[in-house]
Amino acid sequence: MKRYQNLLMIIAVVALVALPLWMVQKPAPGPDGKTVEIFRGADDQAKDIIGRIAPGYQPWIKPLMEPPSGEIGSLLFALQAALGAGFIGYYLGMSVTRARMRRELTKEAQC
Amino acid sequence: MHIMEGFLPVKHAIGWSVASAPFVAYGLYSINRRIKENPEQRMLLGVAAAFTFVLSALKMPSVTGSCSHPTGTGLGAILFGPAAMAPIGMVVLLFQAILLAHGGLTTLGANIFSMAIVGPFAATAIYRLAKAMKLSFGISVFLAASLADLLTYVTTSAQLALAFPDPAGGFAASFAKFAAVFAVTQIPLAISEGLLTVVVFNALARFNPQELKEMNVVTVREVQV
Repeated sequence: MKRYQNLLMIIAVVALVALPLWMVQKPAPGPDGKTVEIFRGADDQAKDIIGRIAPGYQPWIKPLMEPPSGEIGSLLFALQAALGAGFIGYYLGMSVTRARMRRELTKEAQC
Repeated sequence: MHIMEGFLPVKHAIGWSVASAPFVAYGLYSINRRIKENPEQRMLLGVAAAFTFVLSALKMPSVTGSCSHPTGTGLGAILFGPAAMAPIGMVVLLFQAILLAHGGLTTLGANIFSMAIVGPFAATAIYRLAKAMKLSFGISVFLAASLADLLTYVTTSAQLALAFPDPAGGFAASFAKFAAVFAVTQIPLAISEGLLTVVVFNALARFNPQELKEMNVVTVREVQV
């Protein structure tokens, strides 16, 4: 069980991501003919709620710079994830090797 | 998902920044002291930061039909204590606020408060509580990381509700609306974050038992099991 624990947990994460994609159906276009978007960002929806609660509210400052397109945005998000994952991979790889070398060292010492 | 640039009234933006500043300052002080005392923990601190980087870049779909992302702060909070995560969370939030227009500089204080203060403090408290209740290492980590993630978004909802109380129902009605978007969306993501944190901790416990023992994260017995 312990051996497969990590594998099972990773499968569960994949399922948790895949299930909503399968469960949530795109609703039919509203009466105005506009298609309803699904899987928008939760912060966009929060913006809508603010608009409903305080219709007069205007953001008083704009972001310094915005990614010029969705593509550039996803580039930067991918970069962010790659930097993080790269470092974790490096550290784990180093740790695995170090643990193995320690084991071999103690084995030699016992000989 | 963070509160976007300009979407907190000036007073709230300033208030949350003032509230977060001492935590960030103390966090920097505690990180410096720890690295000076244990320079070998520098790499592990990097792992905590890297994990937050990865997880907050992953926008995942949720059963509510919207997307959000986990925070990844639970891992570092369990390893280094909650204070250390305030400056680390700030770095991630700054990256996203400046380069991605995700979150914002005026809302940075509020976002630090939810993601890098409430989340990590919750993670540490829940981890200790779970350990005190003699729950297993894996379950303790899972509960700490996933509930910290969820509480981050509950905090975001509360912050927005404070800034935009419902004209009829006040704070409570407004909080219910924001929480319905943020907190409910977050539930499956929080579970994912909990699981991923346990995956990383399992690897650390296997290959870096010495470090975890020195940091008092696990007991000798748990590593040997």
